[in-house]
Amino acid sequence: MKIKLLALLFFMGSVSLFAQDYFPINDGVKAKKNNNYTAFTNAKIYVTPTQVIEKGTLLIQNGKVVQVGKSVTIPKNAVVEDLSGKSIYPSFIDIYSGFGVKVPEEARGGGRSAQYEPSREGFYWNDHIMPEKDAINSFSYDAKAAEELRKAGFGAINAHIEDGIARGTGLLVALNDEASEAQRILSDRSAQYFSFEKSRASRQSYPSSLMGAMALMRQVYYDMDWYSKGNVDTKDRSLEALIANQGLTQIYAAGDNGNVLRADKIGDLFGIQYTILAGGDEYERIDDIKATNAKLILPLNFPDAFDVSNPYEAKYIALKDMRHWNLAPSNPKVLADNGVEFSITLHGLKSPKDLKEKIMKTITYGLSKTKALEALTTVPAQILGKSNEIGSLQAGSQANFLITSGDIFDKGTTLYENWVQGTKNIVESMDVIDIRGDYELAVNGTTYKVSLTGDAGKPKVEIKKGETTVDSKINYSADWLNISFSEDYVGSYRMVAQVMPNTKTIKGNVVLPNGDETSATLTQTAAFEEKAKDEKGAEKPELIALTYPNVGYGYKTKPKQEDMLFKNATVWTGESILENTDVLIKKGKIAKVGKDLRAGGATVVDATGKHLTAGIIDEHTHIAALSINEGGQNSSAEVHMEDVVDPKDMDIYRNLAGGVTTAQLLHGSANPIGGQSAILRFKWGENAEGLIFENSPKFIKFALGENVKQSNWGSYSRFPQTRMGVEQVYTDYFQRAKEYDDLKKSGQPYRYDEEMETLAEILNGERFISCHSYVQSEINMMMKVAEKFGFRVNTFTHILEGYKVADKMAEHGVGGGTFSDWWAYKYEVNDAIPYNAAIMTSQGVTVAINSDDAEMSRRLNQEAAKTVKYGGMSEIEAWKTVTLNPAKLLHLDDRVGSIEEGKDADVVLWTDHPLSIYAKAEKTLVEGAVYFDLEMDKMMRESVKKERNKLIGMMLNENKKGGESRTPVQSKKERFECDTL
Amino acid sequence: MKKIILIITLIFGVSLNAQQTPAPPQSEQIAIIGATAHIGNGEVIENCTIIFNDGKITAIGAGLMAPTEGTTINAQGKHVYPGFIAPSKSLGLVEVDAVRASDDQDEIGEMIPHVRSLIAYNAESKVVESMRPNGVLIGQITPQGGTISGTSSIVQFDAWNWEDAALKTDDGIHMNWPNFFRRGRWWAGEERGFIPNKEYAKEMDDIKMFFQNSIAYGKTGAGDKNLPFAAMQGLFDGSQRLYIHADGEKEITDAVTFAKNMGVKHPVIVGGYRANKIVGFLKEHNIPVLVNVTHSLPEFDDDDYDLTYKLPKILVDAGLLVAIQNEGMANFQTRNMAFYAGQTVAQGLDTETALQLITGNTAKILGIDDMYGTLEEGKSATLFISEGDALDMRTNKLSKAYIDGRDISLETHQTELWKRYMGKYERQQEGQ
Repeated sequence: MKIKLLALLFFMGSVSLFAQDYFPINDGVKAKKNNNYTAFTNAKIYVTPTQVIEKGTLLIQNGKVVQVGKSVTIPKNAVVEDLSGKSIYPSFIDIYSGFGVKVPEEARGGGRSAQYEPSREGFYWNDHIMPEKDAINSFSYDAKAAEELRKAGFGAINAHIEDGIARGTGLLVALNDEASEAQRILSDRSAQYFSFEKSRASRQSYPSSLMGAMALMRQVYYDMDWYSKGNVDTKDRSLEALIANQGLTQIYAAGDNGNVLRADKIGDLFGIQYTILAGGDEYERIDDIKATNAKLILPLNFPDAFDVSNPYEAKYIALKDMRHWNLAPSNPKVLADNGVEFSITLHGLKSPKDLKEKIMKTITYGLSKTKALEALTTVPAQILGKSNEIGSLQAGSQANFLITSGDIFDKGTTLYENWVQGTKNIVESMDVIDIRGDYELAVNGTTYKVSLTGDAGKPKVEIKKGETTVDSKINYSADWLNISFSEDYVGSYRMVAQVMPNTKTIKGNVVLPNGDETSATLTQTAAFEEKAKDEKGAEKPELIALTYPNVGYGYKTKPKQEDMLFKNATVWTGESILENTDVLIKKGKIAKVGKDLRAGGATVVDATGKHLTAGIIDEHTHIAALSINEGGQNSSAEVHMEDVVDPKDMDIYRNLAGGVTTAQLLHGSANPIGGQSAILRFKWGENAEGLIFENSPKFIKFALGENVKQSNWGSYSRFPQTRMGVEQVYTDYFQRAKEYDDLKKSGQPYRYDEEMETLAEILNGERFISCHSYVQSEINMMMKVAEKFGFRVNTFTHILEGYKVADKMAEHGVGGGTFSDWWAYKYEVNDAIPYNAAIMTSQGVTVAINSDDAEMSRRLNQEAAKTVKYGGMSEIEAWKTVTLNPAKLLHLDDRVGSIEEGKDADVVLWTDHPLSIYAKAEKTLVEGAVYFDLEMDKMMRESVKKERNKLIGMMLNENKKGGESRTPVQSKKERFECDTL
Repeated sequence: MKKIILIITLIFGVSLNAQQTPAPPQSEQIAIIGATAHIGNGEVIENCTIIFNDGKITAIGAGLMAPTEGTTINAQGKHVYPGFIAPSKSLGLVEVDAVRASDDQDEIGEMIPHVRSLIAYNAESKVVESMRPNGVLIGQITPQGGTISGTSSIVQFDAWNWEDAALKTDDGIHMNWPNFFRRGRWWAGEERGFIPNKEYAKEMDDIKMFFQNSIAYGKTGAGDKNLPFAAMQGLFDGSQRLYIHADGEKEITDAVTFAKNMGVKHPVIVGGYRANKIVGFLKEHNIPVLVNVTHSLPEFDDDDYDLTYKLPKILVDAGLLVAIQNEGMANFQTRNMAFYAGQTVAQGLDTETALQLITGNTAKILGIDDMYGTLEEGKSATLFISEGDALDMRTNKLSKAYIDGRDISLETHQTELWKRYMGKYERQQEGQ
């Protein structure tokens, strides 16, 4: 068997050589095949991370592994290298790299307007979709970078063009300087790459947001399907490439735990399991990450400790960032413990040199060495489907391996050689003769004491005459030793000697101060003794506990539903105010409202003198989002705000502290047809999906006025630029949506179009519009367009001139979500008046007061109170503008918005009359779970303070130990409003 | 509702003039009786009589004899307040934020103390007019931007022109202290968040050089005129205040130390987000603080959610002289001054103390307390009557307001539109 296999391999090897046989040779003789073997004997061989052979032999020939094992018959024509005491590992592989690949140049700025059109022809309509790009075409082998990589242990790299959303294919290259491309390119189309980032090479606006990038990817797949079925007459080289690349490994560059989930979600829709470039913060949401079933490519970009020596500066650092410093090195272990398979990448590290230190660190944090090794060898090989070629030292594999002095992840271990495809690359010489020890040197009648210490390869010298140390220098390489020393008033001596193995004396020549030469001998008096290293087996660091979400004011455990009885409160039901009334909450619902209710096991809360209301609902918010506008086109009906919910936004907690429990996260107002809303329930601590109101109705943002015609920023090329154009945009889109829907319903084949699907839902009454609006003309227009197409506008938001057309609004049946008193910020709000809500209400319009602002949203009760001042609304009506009315506008009034038996227990206990400026939310419940509580908040303040202090102490310690440190930074998030681009 | 509107319509008629006509000087004695008077210095007088003549309060107190001459207003159950004061605002300097042509608040140049807000102040601004029905009757009109933004003036909000409006011309110079941390220029490869400002020391030194030169210039009195240096002299002789806009502990400490070293007589800190951390220092140097508006978000994620709500109280409790400003917000928001103060009551501040934050204290800090900010005999009759508690949204409803005793209109562009459209719907209903 063995012989047969050998024969087979031999044959294969010859074939590969034979393949180049047709190349003529003009610089010498052609008959110089080297079919000799190299045998590495007596080594500890990691054939794979889990298959380890002690004192084994590795036999290679023609760049490949021929055999590996305990007892290997070494052929006669073998060069034998005895590696006693040394170890052999498969070389590492990085599958996320830009090695040798040229990144396209950044497109230079265009005119004063954004670019909406593509700059290519014959490809997909969006410049950022470039599956047709093959990295091999922009590849040029970078020997300098290769050397760096080999020094860090790498033997093969999968490189791609790190640019664009669909980036095309990568190539797999062995880091073999000696070979030709023909040999070292192991695959020229190795995997297909994607990301959420646009290409530098084009200024095409779309997509301008994360959610737009996601929508674009989805549409690309729909279009690929349509194209592949032969429905398109013209040629699209992008889609053709995408079709051709289907069989490859699909890699998505995500970059943080949220994006890992986003990438996976796209894949799920189309039956694609991406391998995903992670961000290093996956430990925060490990269950979600695990549920993706994705293999990850993991950067070891553990942040340095902040330099916290200046207390003022330290204040700028958020607890979450300190915590990430503390926890990031545990990320690989957490993933491994949860069975998530990952490979390790250099991506995110400053230099390949940093890899070993990072790996040692993560091992200290509990990652097993086996897992670490797998992540650098077998896993990446397997991700690329190249397990038979790289990543292990099985017979037939590329002869890519490392020779080390010991365990590769130990501090003192030296990496001697990194062989790639059978080519030897020396990192540190292993033939060094250890000359360390104490010697005597007699020269010129004086005896000097010479002490050689330090590394065997790079010894240090100390020379003493009697008790006096003299200045000295040493250089030791390739068995030649140079020592020079000088004595005051005498001059300098220079000694040169060739060192012979296994001798206690070193003989050489010395040039004396007077220029004469003489021979001299270093005679060993004592052998070198390695000092016991004060390595205490690297302490296991203390890890800070995670919270949900993992920021300051996150909860140690997620809040749970509790049964509660609020005793003796002033209760605001939908239509009345009941004094001295009890409210019983059970299993997340309002079970009973009445007098003298029995607790029956529920926790009793004495609410005497306090007010209990339904949770506030903000019809228009932009908090808890990672992006707001997809302004790259005049319609972005295909984008989902649900795709970009940010569960870590502190403003969620602050909203809860203001009694807000539900909000509509709206797309911005950059275009007439915006994106699909996310209706959120502020369950602080849940993940993005958990924040979305279950089974909430579908909404979309539309917008009118200055923003959509781009009046207040420099863009002059996108239709519409006037209110006249806005009407035509709607007419055009709805007309097309109608035709699309008709075709779809007819059963004929049709091109699935997310944008048209969304608009058809509006026409079919399945999706509701919240339309950003200002002046009466456009409000009227929007209603007329809707009527023409047979649907109803659900809500006008902002609607600052609603009071001028309140009668028409009532007739159309549209509600209004408005500001209490905003105006004067732009031209179209000249006639905005704070009486708007009262006037609209008087005409029968359902009116909500909303925020569009993270500050105002946390005290909407006060904004509602302004309707009492302006226009004299009753307190009940005023309160409804932030509870029941927005619930109605969101079609959630059967579930939330008032205190009624059977509704969800989204309630707030106020310290005072809820419309008064003096009221504070004391408890805020969502579905019967307490998400904000003044007392809990107090305790969390303390714990935030303590934890900050503790982490600062830990960082100071790290600073002292001389670890790398970085300047304090306040990672400030951007706050959004409607017109944030 | 319907009836009320009808009555209002009948009383005022529907006039859509651009602006309200300024009221004529007080022509006869006016007495308000039976009111709950909130003095603005922490005191409250129940069943109070307030008498004013020729624009000045001549008598105030409980149990005064009912006057026989002039007009007497029965304010039983109602509340009287001194006119609220809005410091550090660009009211009247910009009309519509997004319309550049209407924006006169930020002149180019880093050190331009000679640039004066007053002459650009639009006394007929519709935004200014909208302050009055909420009780905000006085403002400090402040240039924006740069390091030394320019010179402010204090005006009252019922005037034909800026000369009429001026209460205290060129009252102070406003300086934006450099930031110790600044936003990273991410497009240039820096971090996206806030990073240490490496230029901080240099920027401080630039200010120092400017001040030193101004002082040196002031000593000669002769020579070539230097407009910027000349404009600085009031800081050193005490005739003008120096408003230093700073938020961090380090910035505030540096700024105060600097101002003291330079011999600035009346430095005031505007902002003071972290002033609560250095109250001892501020107290020791007797530095008043125009603290940031309560209706704002915490700057840092780990801060208490209600830090901005309670910051004024913390400073007051520490014995500092404190008033509220909302310089970071749009001008139209300034009509909410009362509610910014009201917010501190929910944090435990006494109502009358909260009121001082927008009246008596503000006047002291701005240096107009000889005439404005409190209801006291001899001071200006700049006050208003509210149906209820003016610090609460529901009850801040003005029936009368006076500036220097002049009975000003409480109508605005906005009330007129309200009446006009309610009138429209009334007509429609009647037609049915």
